[in-house]
Amino acid sequence: MAILCDRNTKLLIQGLGRMGRLHAGLSIEYGTNVVGGIAPGKGGTEIDGIAVYDTVAEAVRETGANASVIFVPPPGAADAILEAADAGLALTACITEGIPALDMLKAKSALAGSPMRLVGPNCPGVVTPEQCRIGIMPAQITRPGPVGVVSRSGTLTYEAVDQLSRLGIGQTTCLGIGGDPVIGTTFIDALTLFEDDPDTKAIVMIGEIGGSAEEEAAEFIKSQMKTPVTAFIAGQNAPPGKRMGHAGAIIAGGKGRASDKIKALEAAGVAVSISPAEIGETLAANVPGIA
Amino acid sequence: MNVHEYQAKEILREFGVPVPDGRLATTPAEAEEAARELGSSVVVVKAQVHAGGRGKAGGVKLAKSPSEAKHAASEILGMTLRSHQTGPEGKVVRKVYVEAGSAIEKEYYLAIVIDRSTEKLSIIASTEGGMDIEDVAANTPEKILSLSVDGNVGLQGFQIRKIGFGLGLGADQVNKLVPFLDSLYRLFMQKDASQVEINPLVLTGSGDLVALDAKINFDDNALYRHPDVAALRDPEEEDPREREAHEIDLAYVGLDGNIGCMVNGAGLAMATLDVINVCGGTPANFLDAGGGADKEKVKAAFELILNDANVKAILVNIFGGIVRCDLIAEGVVAAAGELGLKVPLVVRLQGNNADKGREILAGSGLDITPAETLREAGELAVAAVRGGGN
Repeated sequence: MAILCDRNTKLLIQGLGRMGRLHAGLSIEYGTNVVGGIAPGKGGTEIDGIAVYDTVAEAVRETGANASVIFVPPPGAADAILEAADAGLALTACITEGIPALDMLKAKSALAGSPMRLVGPNCPGVVTPEQCRIGIMPAQITRPGPVGVVSRSGTLTYEAVDQLSRLGIGQTTCLGIGGDPVIGTTFIDALTLFEDDPDTKAIVMIGEIGGSAEEEAAEFIKSQMKTPVTAFIAGQNAPPGKRMGHAGAIIAGGKGRASDKIKALEAAGVAVSISPAEIGETLAANVPGIA
Repeated sequence: MNVHEYQAKEILREFGVPVPDGRLATTPAEAEEAARELGSSVVVVKAQVHAGGRGKAGGVKLAKSPSEAKHAASEILGMTLRSHQTGPEGKVVRKVYVEAGSAIEKEYYLAIVIDRSTEKLSIIASTEGGMDIEDVAANTPEKILSLSVDGNVGLQGFQIRKIGFGLGLGADQVNKLVPFLDSLYRLFMQKDASQVEINPLVLTGSGDLVALDAKINFDDNALYRHPDVAALRDPEEEDPREREAHEIDLAYVGLDGNIGCMVNGAGLAMATLDVINVCGGTPANFLDAGGGADKEKVKAAFELILNDANVKAILVNIFGGIVRCDLIAEGVVAAAGELGLKVPLVVRLQGNNADKGREILAGSGLDITPAETLREAGELAVAAVRGGGN
């Protein structure tokens, strides 16, 4: 078992620019079933051996696709998300960084009631080891196993997964939920999916400064979860008022500090690794017999 | 992106939000002329810097004649203004805004922000105008009114009335608040603001509502569709290193330690600062070279890091998802060679083509310390600084 994607996933690529083509190729190489790509006006052609459609709806009709990954540049990205939902996809992961906040605010509001799950934007995507790769993660560092990984950051997801794999601890599914202020799948959504997945025996959650998603997750973990959670919060040394790379990573008005998030998580029974180099070891110590 | 008060007020005016009449001045003589043009019995001379707390810091002065305005401007222009928002280094004042005085009956607070937890817009109002809203929220939270607005539905009349009557305004003032807040909301949506704050919003002696101070932040991600807003950027208000980084598309934040950092990805870059700290060292900067880091970018990043005289060692930490470690390695070798690097360099490469990258570093003939894990990277960087006698 896994969450979000597995070998039954039929994936579409929305946006076949340089990034889209590169990562479509890497996903196919990993064994992902990429059934088509979307490039308005180029329907009926092939790009790198991938069948191209003008619209997502047409691609779904022709291929039975149930998921997509979005590489569309920021001005058209929210539009691409809504097109994916309109076509009835179950999942879309939006990799695009730099989407205007109000575009996402409106898109998120428009998605209320839609059965589609959005992951991202500004995220690395989702990997279920040896089954499916959606997005841009270096899937070769993952290995199948019992740990669910969820993170706001891309490269820090790789770091955590690498630490786990080096300790011989594999993953059910790894996902990055994105570093923007407004995102589709939240920590609580991802934790709910992992909690309901019988194969996920432990969870690594990687947060960062800014907003209050980690505090809300702590509350949820305390009241609703049995699966043990290990966490790391990036930005313990970030100065207030400075945006640390991600649009959402900023301590503003005294809110969003790492120390408050760590305190909330620890109070919820989460094992928090203070060093980013000890995420794997902290999990191994927290969940005996996991390795 | 932040803008100055005078720029914010220009935009408010454009959207029909009432603001006092005012003029920008960069010399005392211009301030005197501005006061004369305004013809008001009292004018206020206000320092234009991107920071709050100007009044307490001596950056706002009342003047009762054009010559007093000239004198006030001569005191404010060129001063280094230090408030709780400028940091200890302060900000040099280069411009003042000369504004007609208002007869203040009562002060309120009014703001529109993006609320990340509800994923909606939030209108915040309070009877405690002119105060720091964070203090009000901490000490007297019952004095803060807030309500959510769905961006697809828009701000409704009843919501404005709820705010107005909630603030204790009379029916006449509520009728004035309706177009005021409606215009403010239109501005927010049309210009892709991320925060609009009117503090204080004043009720004047004649019963009008006026935005006495205004702070507008804009969403950097939306500037591509607002060239008029992007043109309001004042590079003089930015940290010179951050400005330079911005120009070469790197995310950089200067810190006060001595280990320069170059990392790919914002999360890993923050975690690199954390690991240095755990290992007993202090980072000199945050630097996210991004997903598309190549040879040129690596060199530019090195130059930026080395501009900081405090840097005693450099730690390069790359986890290649998108980026190829061999290309980064080539960039590091070229940069270290061309710049004649004199401080110790620790490089950790993992992920995409990491083995190839490590071979390039080892074969370069340069004194580069390789690291395998994140912990080793932190420990070696801290040791390198200590080895240098610091």
